[in-house]
Amino acid sequence: MLPYPILTISLTLMWMLLNGFTLGHLILGALVAVFASWAMASLRPDKPKLNKWYLLPKLFFIVLYDVALSNIAVAWLIVRGRAKGRKAGFLTIPLEIKDRTALALLAIILTSTPGSVWLEYDSYDGSILMHVLDLEEEEQWVATIKNRYEKLLMEIFA
Amino acid sequence: MIYPAADLPLSVALAVAFFLLVGAALALIGAIGFLRLPTFYERLHAPALGTSWGIGGIMLASMIYFTVSSSRLVIHEILIGIFVTVTTPITFMLLARAALHRDRTARRDGVPRKYVGPEERPNPEDVSDAS
Repeated sequence: MLPYPILTISLTLMWMLLNGFTLGHLILGALVAVFASWAMASLRPDKPKLNKWYLLPKLFFIVLYDVALSNIAVAWLIVRGRAKGRKAGFLTIPLEIKDRTALALLAIILTSTPGSVWLEYDSYDGSILMHVLDLEEEEQWVATIKNRYEKLLMEIFA
Repeated sequence: MIYPAADLPLSVALAVAFFLLVGAALALIGAIGFLRLPTFYERLHAPALGTSWGIGGIMLASMIYFTVSSSRLVIHEILIGIFVTVTTPITFMLLARAALHRDRTARRDGVPRKYVGPEERPNPEDVSDAS
């Protein structure tokens, strides 16, 4: 009956956040959510296979911290100008994750981090092309993404 | 009922002002960077300031202010944050790939090439010899 339970729960929660936490809105919101997730089911999206979902909050806080740091770095770069010898540049990073949801999540993480933009994903060799504002050390960027995000994402989406 | 802003406790007012100013400042700096950075790909980075902690700060300020002033939990702003975060990559990627496509078609320097299909790719051994 519920093809996408997480979607249904999130939609109900969203309905109640917007309209108020009452019993009436719980019933109405759940009804809307069930029909909406049936509509979604007819699109047949890939069902994400969550393995260690309890690592999601950890990922969330790591990202929140990293985004705050890079916010400061980019704001500083815009206000004070670029330090001598630093330049922006393209970067190709080979990835091991193939799961679509994990890739989408990584895309969201990288674009929300000021200073790095996800340009395109190559499904043939599983690499991403990205552009970074401060290409300090190429290896460092690759290491951050592979060790900090990709490992965690691979554990979450097995 | 909502109290007027002047009746807010000092500590709350300070927290609200702090987050509001941080968020607004980041959004402003992002806009300045959007105007001043030299190349298109660099300009793509600037608005991310506004869409990450820029909106985050303003969101937090709004949540604190309305939660305290109406003395009930007001957190629906979080939906704005979630939807902005989830939808910006779509716009960014669309813009970036359009720019890449143009630059590749014009064979502009400094833009990485795109290999379509396995037969167009350089032989990995050739590449390692060249580098």
